[in-house]
Amino acid sequence: MSELSVDHLLGIKYLTKEDIGTIFQTADQFKEVINRPIKKVPSLRDITVANLFFENSTRTRLSFELAEKRLSADVINFSASSSSVSKGETLVDTVNNILSMKVDMVVMRHPNPGAAVFLSQNVESIIINAGDGAHEHPTQALLDAYSIREKYGDLKGKKIAIVGDILHSRVALSNIFCLKLLEAEVMVCGPTTLIPKHIDSLGVKVSHSLREALEWCDIANMLRVQHERQDIKYFPSIREYVQQFGVDMKLLNELSKPVTIMHPGPINRGVEITSEVADSDQAIILNQVENGVAIRMAVLYLLASKRKMSF
Amino acid sequence: MVKKELLNSHSIDIILNRLACQLIENHEDFSNTVLIGLQPRGINVARRLLLKLKEKGITAPAYGQLDTTFYRDDFRRRDSPLHANQTVIDILLEDKKVVFIDDVLFTGRSVRAALDAILSFGRPSSIELLILIDRRFSRELPIQPTYSGKRVDSIASEKVLVEWEEENEKDCVYLIKPKNE
Repeated sequence: MSELSVDHLLGIKYLTKEDIGTIFQTADQFKEVINRPIKKVPSLRDITVANLFFENSTRTRLSFELAEKRLSADVINFSASSSSVSKGETLVDTVNNILSMKVDMVVMRHPNPGAAVFLSQNVESIIINAGDGAHEHPTQALLDAYSIREKYGDLKGKKIAIVGDILHSRVALSNIFCLKLLEAEVMVCGPTTLIPKHIDSLGVKVSHSLREALEWCDIANMLRVQHERQDIKYFPSIREYVQQFGVDMKLLNELSKPVTIMHPGPINRGVEITSEVADSDQAIILNQVENGVAIRMAVLYLLASKRKMSF
Repeated sequence: MVKKELLNSHSIDIILNRLACQLIENHEDFSNTVLIGLQPRGINVARRLLLKLKEKGITAPAYGQLDTTFYRDDFRRRDSPLHANQTVIDILLEDKKVVFIDDVLFTGRSVRAALDAILSFGRPSSIELLILIDRRFSRELPIQPTYSGKRVDSIASEKVLVEWEEENEKDCVYLIKPKNE
């Protein structure tokens, strides 16, 4: 194993296959750490991390905060709704003000695609992208791939269908980059209006039939319909969407082989998957959440290790 | 580079035999004792020691492997990255007698990290240290072994290399000196 090839985690598209291997191997050890009676190691005790959330988040923010605290880092939290951003301050100014309080790493979620890349070019800090608009959400893709690796051993040749609102999903894009890098096969499935044109140029299959996608795949990653990013109606009604793209036990039982169900959360029960599916043995949704902490610890640890101590 | 043999497989065998006897003298039936191999190289010594103990009737002492990477004091101070190995400790160590097992005791910093790391699994009633080779004049911290295989006088630029039959062709301990000395 070697160092990561990058100084920031801005997106999966900047990582190499070796980087992902290093992150996974480190996450294996952190997964053991977070299952100990005392779930904390002192590695990052001299590091301060700022979690900047310019967009709502529950799971990702808690997961990052827990990962930081398990590594003994000092943590400060910031959410846009209660900040000076609403008073007209620019992103670079906001972040530079925070950095002048001696912050070493920034975890940022922002509604604008490219915000993390922009920040990495304009401020002196380690940047971790926790989601930038409909662009990338690298730690989610890493934890999804890690959860598949945990269940199946290797991703090479595995067939993964990503189902739902592909157009507005940063999870879908990061997942496609990550899974392709690990030599898995990917299919996207959803209503025509919610699948970007030319997405096949990323080397993925496209289907508009849920049954066809589920028959093809080993694993289905079910995405939420992102109403908050939709400025127009992309399908006639939720009821119709559920009929066409909702997964229930009846459908899963009719398939020729068992399909593993994943979901990045938050789940809209009864829309993309029914409660019965979400709580079934085929779903690894809560494993994904647990793995999220281990993956984020690995990313924080490996990026921090590249920033040498100065005296 | 000059490679000098310090111990051959016969003398390693005699030493491991003695260390096993010393452990039995202090721990009797091992009912409240947990042996902990320190990753990465301590587990090789531990594996051999477990075989020796088995020969002497201690068939299944509690055993675990501890990795100390996340507790080291040189994180962000090294040029080469640190990578963690597997920790396997399936038992709570509260009130247990713990014995750390490692191959070479040099600066004492790994053992300090291990003392820190082990507390995540409970508060042992005592912690002892068993090592195969003690580089006794190289300590940077006030740490001494409880059971010592062989003491070696060496300087910082020299290296002690322990090889095992399982990975190399034979059991052997070498002292490696840089050529210009």
